[in-house]
Amino acid sequence: MTTSALKNIALNEKHISLGAKMVPFAGYNMPLQYSNLIQEHLCVRNNVGIFDVSHMGEFIVKGEGAIDLLQWVTSNDVSKLEDGKIQYSCLPNSQGGIVDDLLVYRKSETEYLLVVNASNIDKDWEWINSQNKFGASLENISDTLSLFAVQGPKATEMLQKLTEVNLNSIPYYSFTEGKLAGVDMIISNTGYTGAGGFELYVENSKAIQVFESIMEVGKEFDILPCGLGCRDTLRMEKGFCLYGNDINDNTSPIEAGLGWITKFTKDFVNKEYHLNLKNNGVTKKLVGFEMIERGIPRHDYEINDENGNNIGLVTSGTQSPSLQKAIGMGYVDIKHSDMGNTIYINIRNNRIKAKIVKIPFL
Amino acid sequence: MNFPSELKYTKDHEWVKVDGDIAIVGITDFAQGELGDIVFVDINSVGNTLSQEEVFGTVEAVKTVSDLFMPVSGEILEVNPELDSNPEYINEDAYGKGWMVKIKLTNPSEVNTLMDAETYKTSTGN
Repeated sequence: MTTSALKNIALNEKHISLGAKMVPFAGYNMPLQYSNLIQEHLCVRNNVGIFDVSHMGEFIVKGEGAIDLLQWVTSNDVSKLEDGKIQYSCLPNSQGGIVDDLLVYRKSETEYLLVVNASNIDKDWEWINSQNKFGASLENISDTLSLFAVQGPKATEMLQKLTEVNLNSIPYYSFTEGKLAGVDMIISNTGYTGAGGFELYVENSKAIQVFESIMEVGKEFDILPCGLGCRDTLRMEKGFCLYGNDINDNTSPIEAGLGWITKFTKDFVNKEYHLNLKNNGVTKKLVGFEMIERGIPRHDYEINDENGNNIGLVTSGTQSPSLQKAIGMGYVDIKHSDMGNTIYINIRNNRIKAKIVKIPFL
Repeated sequence: MNFPSELKYTKDHEWVKVDGDIAIVGITDFAQGELGDIVFVDINSVGNTLSQEEVFGTVEAVKTVSDLFMPVSGEILEVNPELDSNPEYINEDAYGKGWMVKIKLTNPSEVNTLMDAETYKTSTGN
């Protein structure tokens, strides 16, 4: 455990003034919710919400060796990226697990932006540097940038009022560098909610200007500031993995259903291990399930078969605000992992019936 | 925030309304505010006789699970039947529609160990 003091994001005071309940998360004081988690969740699904996710980490990887380093440390094929394109990927470790999942932005053939989880900034930084036998230059710019995720079906129409950049010309998993609310930033068609919208990377000194402009123009769209609480329930409904829950140092991307970002057409850290899993089969895999009997699955609850044998572990679970039913994800022994299979979640020593369903839930 | 003076309170944020040897138990307005949207109440202890501070059930918000503790020893006579389909009653009306269990006290003198409204209010920082 680290005992270092919690860091504040640039708009800490602003969030407190908006009534945010601030909680320690990944070393930062972060807004968990403002008024009401379910209301914030539904606002993102139906209208638009703004998340301050400035705790996220950002690294720049530059130079002739940049692509070789990224091909080696990430599982996806960076050579497929073009300028202005983004790739979801992960950093395999040498023990068969995952150091972190991340986004890779190609700014140019020799310059990339990596966006990593706040909880893993130090670990990722050390890991990538330790693998840098390619002469790439690395810079950790995490403390200089704020990140706003503006998410929801009305996000594009709303943000368009603040920028000359044609937002409809930026496809999903693409970005552009331009002005919005009068501020230079990276405008990225990404998010972690499955509700559509953009993520905006802004210098800390301009963060308040951008946030307040968005809140102002957002009034007519009924925008709400949204906390990490509903960010988690939103991502769960879409079956997006959360590092530390659904993937970690001991899970293979093949087991996690992330084979689509694991490209064996190139060499990368511990490739043979994952290739073997892919070719010869996994013993467990990440599945989605919904509760049939009443109960809410939670991280680390045991999964049982009908005889009470332990066949897996819940990695994420919640009551879904959109679906109004309890959903979860977890690793299940491959023999029990078929779609439609009945499983049992051990909730306070009661076996509560659930059914394996397809991901995403929504 | 509401701290009715006719109730007694625990450090675990339950309230008790005592009437002879019968009492109604719920969680406080402060507790429901801290938990946020309550989505599930799990109480399977009807008919059980439990000691003070034993767990009689759990209450789940979207993000959290919290145990419910007996404020005083007693037998669980009844669970609020509305909470199964309307757990949000606890958020809306913690001291009324959101009541949780009715109990028969087995050691009424324990009521004297509970906090009055003013003491409880102070303990929550209000």
